Amino acid sequence: MGNDLLPGTLDMLILRSLARSPRHGYGIAQHLKRISEDVLDVGESSLYPALQRLLLNGWVTAQWGASENNRRARYYKLTAAGRKQLATENKEFGRMILAIQKVMSCA
Amino acid sequence: MRLIRRILYFFGQRRQAADLAEEMDFHRQLLEQESGDRYAANRKMGASSLAREDARAVWFPFRLDHLLQDLRIGLRMLRRSPGFSILAILCLTLGIGANAAVFSWIEGILFRPYPLVAHQERLVAIGGTARDEPRGTPLSWPDFQDLQRNCTLCETVFVSKITGTTLSMGDRAERTSGSIVSANYFDAIGVPPMLGRGFLPAEDQGQSAHPVTVISYQLWQGRFSGDPQIIGKTERLDGVVHTIVGVAPEGFYGTFVGWRMNFWVPVSMEDTFEGGGYKLEDRGARWIESYARLKPGVTQAQAQQELAAISPRLEATYPATNRGRGIRVWPLWQTPFNNAATLLPTLETMLVVVVCVLLIACANVGNLLLVRSFARRHEMSVRLAIGAGQGRLWKQLLTEGLVLSLFGAAGGLLVAYWCRHALVLLFPARGGVQMYLPGELDWRVLALSAAVCLATTLLMGLVPALQTGKIDLASSMKMEAAGVVGGHGRAWVRSGLVLVQVSLSFILLVGTGLLMQSLLTIRSTSPGFNARGVQYTGIDLVSVGYTPARAQSFQDELLERVRSLPGVESAAFSRMVPLSYVSSATAPIVVDGYTPPPEESPTVDYNEVGPDYFVTMGIPLVAGREFTRADDDKAALAAVVNETMAQRYWNGRNPLGQRFQLKGRWLQVVGIAKDSKYSSVREKPTPFFFIPLRQNNLRGGVLNLRTPLAPQTMATALAREVHALDPNIAPYELITMQEQLERSTSPQMVAVTLVGVLGGLALLLAIIGLYAVMSYAVSQSTRELGLRMALGADASNLLRLVLSRGLALTGAGVLLGIATALLLTRLLGNLLYKVSPRDPVAFASASLVMTLAALAACFLPAWRATRTDPARILRD
Repeated sequence: MGNDLLPGTLDMLILRSLARSPRHGYGIAQHLKRISEDVLDVGESSLYPALQRLLLNGWVTAQWGASENNRRARYYKLTAAGRKQLATENKEFGRMILAIQKVMSCA
Repeated sequence: MRLIRRILYFFGQRRQAADLAEEMDFHRQLLEQESGDRYAANRKMGASSLAREDARAVWFPFRLDHLLQDLRIGLRMLRRSPGFSILAILCLTLGIGANAAVFSWIEGILFRPYPLVAHQERLVAIGGTARDEPRGTPLSWPDFQDLQRNCTLCETVFVSKITGTTLSMGDRAERTSGSIVSANYFDAIGVPPMLGRGFLPAEDQGQSAHPVTVISYQLWQGRFSGDPQIIGKTERLDGVVHTIVGVAPEGFYGTFVGWRMNFWVPVSMEDTFEGGGYKLEDRGARWIESYARLKPGVTQAQAQQELAAISPRLEATYPATNRGRGIRVWPLWQTPFNNAATLLPTLETMLVVVVCVLLIACANVGNLLLVRSFARRHEMSVRLAIGAGQGRLWKQLLTEGLVLSLFGAAGGLLVAYWCRHALVLLFPARGGVQMYLPGELDWRVLALSAAVCLATTLLMGLVPALQTGKIDLASSMKMEAAGVVGGHGRAWVRSGLVLVQVSLSFILLVGTGLLMQSLLTIRSTSPGFNARGVQYTGIDLVSVGYTPARAQSFQDELLERVRSLPGVESAAFSRMVPLSYVSSATAPIVVDGYTPPPEESPTVDYNEVGPDYFVTMGIPLVAGREFTRADDDKAALAAVVNETMAQRYWNGRNPLGQRFQLKGRWLQVVGIAKDSKYSSVREKPTPFFFIPLRQNNLRGGVLNLRTPLAPQTMATALAREVHALDPNIAPYELITMQEQLERSTSPQMVAVTLVGVLGGLALLLAIIGLYAVMSYAVSQSTRELGLRMALGADASNLLRLVLSRGLALTGAGVLLGIATALLLTRLLGNLLYKVSPRDPVAFASASLVMTLAALAACFLPAWRATRTDPARILRD
């Protein structure tokens, strides 16, 4: 569940999954699930508040469009600011993981 | 940027919410398709309404929508139980209204008493000090000028001394008050006249040299019908034709707490209005009442320090007049020379009283809410069960409390608005003129009332909110709403609230008792003169332009005529009436054979009186004689001293035939009068002396009559005699000395009335609280009562049981009240007269009243308990 992630990580993951192309909410959840091989199963109770946060920060925009099976779906798209944010977070995350690994392997 | 997005979101809220719902729905459907199991999808998604709320909360973390929702629920709850709502709102209206009213009085009378005057927060009163004069003395003009020159921390220093005159309004005479002010007055207070000018610096000098006046807006409108050409016209004030040089702006009433000023004259005109000779060059004549505005940032202590340093220099330079005298600064609300000083203790007491009333009201409403929260236990449990957080419930309960107290505050402000000028109604009018004591409902009062309202909300809302913390979800869901168990903790809280109510209203009862006792003591204190049989009136001859000689003959003739009126036993003129606001004349004296200690410059108050004064007033002479018509300007100067003066300055020797010096003239003591009260019934025996009117060429405007007739009867006869001598003169209203006595104790009367009324209301509230708790307890323990009856308890047993529970609660409350009252009643200090703040009678009678009230409150529930039908209870 997304709830068990480190705080702020979900936002980063969502940004990452939008890096290639716009996706709708369900698509994001599916993407995360598929790539993480079923480890990250994000429910709507964490996904949608996270998307609202990204909207509020101006990192993504939302637009209604047609889904694969031609239904109305709301697509989220990364903005320039979102891309920059993703880069920063990516770097920060790398540093953090490294640091955690160091601590864990030293003990 | 985030803010702009928030705002955009706020305006597109409805669409945003629809979008969110739609996309979540879409999500859910796809999930359902994927798993083919609707319930699995739901399980996985969790409570979607909660998720939606969380998503929206990202945009509005402060949950305006929740607040609105809670407000709606709160309003709906109010509508659903109108009885509860009305009772609760009434309690709060009373509590908050009483507070707001007293705040507005304190603001309008003590803190910002002078409309239009600039920077009142930096104004201080300045007066003199002397040994034996704890309330301060006036200053002399030369001392004031030294002070004005030397006060570097003061932005400005100015004089404002109340005086009065008679104006003929058409065919009737009307007394009106005005101020004698220093020339800088209108500049100093920052209130430029709306027409004409203020005073010029030169108008501070010379004996009655500058008969100019600035009149008030009301006077201009009323007496001169708003004449635009008013400047330069004249008006006779106290016999002297004054040129009107200015008109004060509308809404400016001068600088004296208690009365509106209608005219202002420069200090050089002082002796025209006050008599007693030219004082601007006399350092011994103290009459100046003054104020200073401190420079920004200067504290009162600093100002006090600087002024205190001036007085030793004055003492050293002018020992004859200034020995043992100092200069003191008072904050505006402690000004000793106007009604601020008399009202301060009353208003302080009121503040404590209204806080007590508010607490009692809060406790009552808290109790009501508690009962209701019990009824809503089920609702709360359900809401908790479907996922409302504890915090959310708290918020809702507090919001409901807020709704209540907002209504209460609205009602309270209405009450305060009606009552803002009510204080004055408790004071009798003097000479037909009503005092002016306005309350001020400015933003400070409103802010403070809002704070009170919030505090109230917290106090009341907290009680049921704390209770929700105790809800055990599982058992409460199972038990439905009928669960009586668990009422134990609640019963404790309710009893606690009643305990607080009982003790608070007990404190108010004790306060009322103490004030009542001291009022009775004051009223039964002999003033040292005959109050019942003596009446007085003022006859103003100066205003109509009589010369001293003509006034003298008028008075002699009038006295002859009045004495021969049926029912008049004796009559005499005097300059002033005892116990009036107009202070006695006061002057330094030198007593033959008395060497004052280094710290003292003997100064004694005196009055000028005509022949037969002592007989008329009923003041006994211990030795010697009283003044006769022979004591005139050709005879040797005479004086009658009182016993205290004889004791202090002649110390055992017989003062008869001895001499003392007043204003450079030697007087011989011809009589000794018994002590009486001069300026206040509460004063200690003070040295005082009398000198003959005729030897001092002073205006004796007061006619004292000794008669058993009613004032109304007397007034007609008197007016006839006055008119017979001069049809242009009308005497003022005739009042008895008894009335004068009662007027002079009106601050005490006001305190008793206010504390009594609010104390009564508080008692009523507390009784309602006690009644509610006892009835509730009885209704909840019918099972126990039924069992007791079945086991052989009879009606009197049950009656005793319930009553004793109520009385135990009351007893505990009274004990708590006694402990608190012993600490609190000292605050009454100055309002008490010859009554100890720990007076056992007051405490005992308050306990008695409380117990009787409690018995009354418990009797109905107890009686209901005896009507329990054991058969039915056992059957059910």
